[in-house]
Amino acid sequence: MDWMKIGSALLLLAMIIFLFPRARQMLRESPEAKPGDWQGAILPILAVVGFVILLIVIV
Amino acid sequence: MNRLDYSIARPAADALQVNKVIRNTYTLLSATLFFSALMAAVSVMSSMPPMTYLLSLGGAMLLIWFVLPRTANSASGLGVVFAITGLMGFGLGPILEMYLSLPNGSQIVGTAFGGTGVIFLGLSGYALTTRRNFNFMGGFLFAGMLVVLVGALANIFLQIPAFSLAISAVIVMLMSGFILYDTSRMIHERDTNYVMMTVSLYLSIFNIFISLLQILGMTSDD
Repeated sequence: MDWMKIGSALLLLAMIIFLFPRARQMLRESPEAKPGDWQGAILPILAVVGFVILLIVIV
Repeated sequence: MNRLDYSIARPAADALQVNKVIRNTYTLLSATLFFSALMAAVSVMSSMPPMTYLLSLGGAMLLIWFVLPRTANSASGLGVVFAITGLMGFGLGPILEMYLSLPNGSQIVGTAFGGTGVIFLGLSGYALTTRRNFNFMGGFLFAGMLVVLVGALANIFLQIPAFSLAISAVIVMLMSGFILYDTSRMIHERDTNYVMMTVSLYLSIFNIFISLLQILGMTSDD
């Protein structure tokens, strides 16, 4: 195993350790979604997915 | 009378504060993106070794975790933001060099660059014009990011190309969600710090760019 793999693994592990408490806190404290909220978020993200597919076709 | 003045003046003051945060964030973001691109160009021209990416990213993460939270409310916070984005831009050098060496490398890099710009501007424009509150996405996005990091860690050892492609696709979707979430925070949260918002949006843009490079590089015919 080369140094790049070891370094990447250590960096990712550190990110997980630092992100875990924040993720747990956010899951506890995030407000509940109202009806229609998810739809308003998913539609633009689906548009991004469509755009990325278009980029794949172009390249 | 005072109460009446307060109720009339407060929404206007809030709107001014929101506009100030948005203006400051986008001004600083533009400056840091330009600086980052400049550092990436320097890194490409000096043909830095692949380890540069890891070291720069590690250095930037240390600054984000330990220095930025302490300096975000002072003038030195601006210097820290430029140090973070400069380091991350410099780290991009070996990655860009690798993609540019492919037969259609310049097209891949150009498409990823343009695509990132379109995605960011489109999502920011959507969040700013609809003024929807995307705060409810916070828990989902952070939990999703955690799952992606665990998946990426596993794939360092598994080395499955299809899994790597799937991780990049999920990162693009999660970062798109983060752009909506952060932009909405600037509008709806009163005590938003523009230095922190700039770094948060920069990280989303950086991750979208890297993931698009990987997706386009892997799916390209050449």
